[in-house]
Amino acid sequence: MQTQEEIKQLEAIIQESLAEAKKQGATSASSGLSVDTGLSVNVRLGEVDTIEHHRSQGLGVTVYFGQKKGSASSTDLSLNSIKETVTAACSIARYTNDDKYAGLPDAKRLATEFKDLELYHPWQLDADDAVDIAIRCEDSARQYDAEISNSEGAAVDSFESLHVMGNSLGFLHGYASTRHSISCSVLGERDGNMERDYWYSVARDQKNIEDAAQIGTKAAERTIKRLGAQQLSTRKAPVLYSAEIAGSLIGSLLSAISGSSLYRKSSFLLDSLDTQLFPEFMNIYEQPHLLGALGSAMYDSEGIATQAHDIIKDGTLKTYLLSSYAARKLGMESTGHAGGVHNLCVQSGEQDFTQLLQTMNTGLLVTELMGQGVNPVTGDYSRGASGFWVENGIIQYPVEEITIAGNLKDMFQHIVAIGNDIDIRGNVRIGSVLIEEMAIAGE
Amino acid sequence: MTENTRIQLAKQALLVPTGLQETDIHRVMDELVTGAVDDGDIYFQASHFESWVLEDGIIKDGSYSIEQGAGIRALSGEKTGFAYSDKIQLDVLLAAAKNVRAIARQGQNAKVAIKANAQQYPQLYAPLNPLKSLKDQEKVDFLRRIDVATRQLDTRIEQVIISMVGVQEHILIANVGGSLSGDVRPLVRMNVTVIVEENGEREQGSMGGGARSDYSYFLDEDKAMSYAKEAVRLALVNLEAIPAPAGTMQVVLGAGWPGILLHEAVGHGLEGDFNRKGTSAFSGKMGEKVASSLCTIVDDGTLDGRRGSLSIDDEGTPTQCTTLIENGILKSYMQDKLNARLMGTVSTGNGRRESYAHTPMPRMTNTYMLAGESEPEEIIASVKNGLYAKNFSGGQVDITSGKFVFSASEAYLIENGKITQAVKGATLIGNGPEVMTQVSMVGNDLELDSGVGTCGKEGQSVPVGVGQPSLKIDSLTVGGTQV
Repeated sequence: MQTQEEIKQLEAIIQESLAEAKKQGATSASSGLSVDTGLSVNVRLGEVDTIEHHRSQGLGVTVYFGQKKGSASSTDLSLNSIKETVTAACSIARYTNDDKYAGLPDAKRLATEFKDLELYHPWQLDADDAVDIAIRCEDSARQYDAEISNSEGAAVDSFESLHVMGNSLGFLHGYASTRHSISCSVLGERDGNMERDYWYSVARDQKNIEDAAQIGTKAAERTIKRLGAQQLSTRKAPVLYSAEIAGSLIGSLLSAISGSSLYRKSSFLLDSLDTQLFPEFMNIYEQPHLLGALGSAMYDSEGIATQAHDIIKDGTLKTYLLSSYAARKLGMESTGHAGGVHNLCVQSGEQDFTQLLQTMNTGLLVTELMGQGVNPVTGDYSRGASGFWVENGIIQYPVEEITIAGNLKDMFQHIVAIGNDIDIRGNVRIGSVLIEEMAIAGE
Repeated sequence: MTENTRIQLAKQALLVPTGLQETDIHRVMDELVTGAVDDGDIYFQASHFESWVLEDGIIKDGSYSIEQGAGIRALSGEKTGFAYSDKIQLDVLLAAAKNVRAIARQGQNAKVAIKANAQQYPQLYAPLNPLKSLKDQEKVDFLRRIDVATRQLDTRIEQVIISMVGVQEHILIANVGGSLSGDVRPLVRMNVTVIVEENGEREQGSMGGGARSDYSYFLDEDKAMSYAKEAVRLALVNLEAIPAPAGTMQVVLGAGWPGILLHEAVGHGLEGDFNRKGTSAFSGKMGEKVASSLCTIVDDGTLDGRRGSLSIDDEGTPTQCTTLIENGILKSYMQDKLNARLMGTVSTGNGRRESYAHTPMPRMTNTYMLAGESEPEEIIASVKNGLYAKNFSGGQVDITSGKFVFSASEAYLIENGKITQAVKGATLIGNGPEVMTQVSMVGNDLELDSGVGTCGKEGQSVPVGVGQPSLKIDSLTVGGTQV
């Protein structure tokens, strides 16, 4: 297979860089390399807007001289450049300080099993095919309703990546993966006010992407629903985060329990291991080896074998997310989370989306969040939002130009239910999340 | 330094090491215009980047990277064909040119003669190499010195993180129109973050600065220590802060970095691409009153050494000072070549791209509001009950609905015309076209930001500047928790 051949060649580059590091006096070293190729096509109003051909590559080298560390990277993979990159990393390591926690991971923890996770599904797609798909997607959005007034277009993207990494402990592995997506964004207009919304689908295998026409229809449907939005008056009310944005709440949890936030004390969840952060019905677990999933991997970015984890069990935090460095610094063991989590699943309850609306009864359904208003040190939370006002379990009218605010610690404790309407498009698989009460600022 | 010198420096950095000749560029151009293209270019870029990080009192991390490559673009009507490669090599460029010109169906035969751009423009920054402006030992000694001095500022400081980044970019742009332009762009940035702790409560404060200069910028006037002092001050203010109010009220914005309001509320909505497509809340409003008559807002890429400044944009067009809004009237959009051509106007020098691997689009440079006549104290004194937002972290806008948000990192209550209690960072939300009509006082204290802004659009990041005088907005929604 051609891909295997290419991976072999890239492995040779990694070995070359590790050998060069050793030659230049490094005590230990690690290297990573990726090559991405792809095609992106955008159409707008039925015509081609852009056709982009991608090809990028990069080599990153980290060297250690005892406990001193230096890194360098380059987009040039020639022998000469490999040497220069290693030299640059070594040169930097002369000026960094001894850091007793620095170094390669524990050799015993490195992955030795390399199961095929079925991440590579090339799509034989040329620019003309991609244009046809994108036009079909956008057409279905534009034909959805007379109030669809304009379009930002539809896009088809297809990428193939090769990743190889190695270190001086003998770890060397590479694999190929693909990622394909279709997206669409359209505008609607009513009474001189415009709204815009979008929809997308992404998968390792193009067979698992939603139908292009359906993506267009969803984008249009979402846009039309937003027309005629009002501002709410300032109040306190229950808030339902729709599945496609609920992952951001878990994102805040993940960054607060990640090693670097903990050792820097820049987390609102310091010393929270084995404490109850969520209601007892909440379970969050990691499944790194799901076949064909977007977040799957056999090892983390240091080469440590990934494993299934309970992150939250019966509402209680069971593990931090640690790289080798963070683990040493905190006097713990790496959890195989250098570079983040792999396929996090938030266990759903029984209720579907409609039932959640009924459980909420009267409150705010949020479908879009804006801005970064989360303070990672205190958990204070205040973000721009838009969505729908709900009464007696039924959507009444769209709302916008409001903020929702609270403190994440408090919000986590007051989750009432998780829906079974799971969004699987990201690394965090989660349904809609109902929170008992938040402050809503508006008129 | 003349433009010719810049081109020579760019050629030296980009063509000489790769062995590419100017005649090779001609061949690639000829390949490109074999299609019926309206415009097209090759963008060569080499970027040398380094960063140093001090944490826990030691120099913990350092990294160095080289990114280089070329992007080839063909434009036909509204269509763009684009390909890039990190190999600056004739066969690769020829293949890329062939690929992208397929965007234009019919062919023609033409020869492109390329001539160095003879236009002269003022030097906004010297062709410095920040990476070489200090010895590595001096860089790490400098960071250690700042760390020690920062820790002495207050006993409540728990953690200090200092980062320093330097970049030198060489670019060379050959256009199918026959012009060749080049630039050498230095950029430095430094940041100090502290975490303070008192009675079990922790807060974070962060401040930084930067410029198109080298590291000597941070040594002058003790700038690095001024960042450290400001970071500590911000963290301590927030330790004392109480929860912010929720609701609509009068808001006074401080001078300088709060100009991010203009960037989000107005700037993005005035970018040419959104207006050509009619997707901006400002579309079709040229010549109309879109702000209070106290407001004059410009985008100025020609300021000396500023983070958002450029001698030429990434399409080779000299940057300029564009008046976007004058006394409340919408005067101009910001344009790149593609959108200017399709809208029947000329580029305003706002065609920017993150790198050779990205296509240009209209982007801001340094966007700010001109000073007004009010004393800042007088503005505060005019507010009975409201919020004084002095510092901000990031913001975001939906250009179609006009809704924008930005988050205050330092804010106070105003009670009876006096600044009283510090409140925790609240998000402010408003509607761009509406909020500018609500500006009722403009201060005489115009300030530009310290040089830390990075703007993201469609996945591309570019360095920008913002600025403004103190402003009073009569009605804005404050997203606190105190209902």
